[in-house]
Amino acid sequence: LGQAEGRRRRAGMRVLVGVKRVIDYAAKIRVKPDGSGVDKANVKMSMNPFCEIAVEEAMRLKEKGIASEVVAVSMGAQASQETIRTALAMGADRGIHVQTDSELQPLAVAKLFQAIAAKEEPKMVILGKQAIDGDNNQTGQMLAALMRWPQGTFASRVDFPEEGRANVTREVDGGLETVSLSLPAVVTTDLRLNEPRYATLPNIMKAKKKPIEKVTPEDLGVDIAAQIETVKVVEPPQRKAGVVLESVDQLVDKLKTEAVI
Amino acid sequence: NRDWLGKYVGMSKLALRPKSTEEVSQVLAHCNRRKLAVVPQGGNTGLVGGSVPVHDEIVLSTSRMSQVVSIDALSGVMVCEAGCVLQTLDEQLSQEGLMMPLDLGAKGSCQIGGNVSTNAGGIRFLRYGSLHGSVVGLEVVLADGSVLDVMRTLRKDNTGYDLKQLFIGAEGTLGVVTKAAILCPPRPKACHVSFLACRSFGDVLDVFRRAKSDLGEILSAFEFLDKESLRIYLDKASKAKNPLPDFDGDFYLVIETSGSNSDHDYEKLEAFLGRCIDCGSVATGAVAQDGAQSKDFWRIREGVPEVLASFGAIYKYDLSIPLESMYTLVEEVRTKLKGEAHVVGYGHLGDGNLHLNVVSEQYSDRVLGMIEPYVYEWTSANSGSISAEHGLGQMKQEHIGYSKSPLAVSLMQGIKDAFDPNHILNPYKVLPTCHARGS
Repeated sequence: LGQAEGRRRRAGMRVLVGVKRVIDYAAKIRVKPDGSGVDKANVKMSMNPFCEIAVEEAMRLKEKGIASEVVAVSMGAQASQETIRTALAMGADRGIHVQTDSELQPLAVAKLFQAIAAKEEPKMVILGKQAIDGDNNQTGQMLAALMRWPQGTFASRVDFPEEGRANVTREVDGGLETVSLSLPAVVTTDLRLNEPRYATLPNIMKAKKKPIEKVTPEDLGVDIAAQIETVKVVEPPQRKAGVVLESVDQLVDKLKTEAVI
Repeated sequence: NRDWLGKYVGMSKLALRPKSTEEVSQVLAHCNRRKLAVVPQGGNTGLVGGSVPVHDEIVLSTSRMSQVVSIDALSGVMVCEAGCVLQTLDEQLSQEGLMMPLDLGAKGSCQIGGNVSTNAGGIRFLRYGSLHGSVVGLEVVLADGSVLDVMRTLRKDNTGYDLKQLFIGAEGTLGVVTKAAILCPPRPKACHVSFLACRSFGDVLDVFRRAKSDLGEILSAFEFLDKESLRIYLDKASKAKNPLPDFDGDFYLVIETSGSNSDHDYEKLEAFLGRCIDCGSVATGAVAQDGAQSKDFWRIREGVPEVLASFGAIYKYDLSIPLESMYTLVEEVRTKLKGEAHVVGYGHLGDGNLHLNVVSEQYSDRVLGMIEPYVYEWTSANSGSISAEHGLGQMKQEHIGYSKSPLAVSLMQGIKDAFDPNHILNPYKVLPTCHARGS
């Protein structure tokens, strides 16, 4: 390694990014007739939008020289590798695929991340605030608790004022709140954090050669047994068609009798 | 009375909105008896002034005839009324796993009757072909009010002359389309969109050559836009984003693949793109990773005509030109009009269809004189067509001679006389006026 590169490597930190394969945000979904879940057959799958934002943020840290290595982690069936490849095409250095065909709930995912973090020793784990299929918004928080690390959730901005610390501006109900975290820490991304880059050609070609390590929950010594059972999934009630009214009087009448005024 | 471009304004005092074929029949029978001219109008998104009155012709709108009659998921044939909006049809078809065989920027407003009457092309022509192939049946009301039923839902029917073909592309001058049976392809399970930058038109043609051989059966769209188109789009469109901000390309391509297996298609696409990068034909590019990004790339290509329409003056040309010389015309017009106006070229490269547009702040006869008849003569000299897909309408009514021989035009006039002896259907359009009868 050249002197400058070596210095940069020592100075920079490793960042772990979680990327989940979910039903494409633009796809129309249908509930299975037996109410057991959403019909995933022949539906387009893509990277969870908040995970895209996480990868983008990690790449920006790398470009600023703050991060030295970005590792993309995905968990699930074989097809999760496609999602890792997208992260690699956005610039991540390597991937880790936790292979399992079983359902993975947030606590199991958090435990798996904990096991991986123990091996990889990242200074920061960046996750999407939630996945658009489960909308749980639990994994990041659970991981921070398990690791006893500080957390900056719903991040709309992440700064590094000094060595070993991060300032995270969070989107909260009352507005924006900035917290100062010591590293290592968990950050979960919110929509306004950044606009993810497209996967561009030179990187897409390079991505094919980047390594993806495969492990199983057993290898990591994690029990992923589900603790929550989904009883029923139903579609929201159909919106009734609107009614075209003839006069203001009719409108006032409807507002009084049908709408709650 | 006014067309989408705001360029053609008629003076009609009456618009009729029939709800059924029977009503259309009664209207036309009446108008034919009294020799009243009629302009059939669907979504009014045509670009050559074909759907608006020139004087005070009666506007006959198909908007209220918007029922889907049937969709047969097994054969793929859908029967619907002429006033159905293209996008609405596509959404309904998607529930059966099918799609419309055509797609154009105006899909949110244009109606299928108008699409059929103009033989609309669009961005999926490359893959699904012309409406002459996808329309398997029509119901048309003729000028005298009689209802011509050449409506079948069969793939093959070689019994006599194929009359429906006459109405496809006749721009409402031979009859009013009231129902169409369309052969709809299966909706692809996998769709990948890429946005590429090239350094020269020669490179663009090389990419096209490779795409046909490497992507072959999965290629579903091959569109291009030049540097100036992208510049104007980024400048004028709201929320415009350049997917390749780090490179200043001379040409940009939107290439789409559609197939039944995402892994296979992506593998083919990656290999194709890798070869293009290696040989230098593609300088750089991006591949959409999800549905939202795919829409982003298409929004750029489809947004170009929209932002151009926002200029004070727009001179629009839709030409079929042999691929090798296609961009030469754009360069020559640009040189001619240097300093006077912006000249852009974009279009359905895969179909050999160039959209040449000249825009400026204010309309000027002088500028028009520099463009016409130069563009038409150039196209004619290169054995091209002066209207690839937009039709003739009002705009090119006198120009058919650049692309069709006098004998051909004379036969067309004979057909017009046979179908509409009183010339009440969409007069002053398509065929040259020297032929018009008083009405």
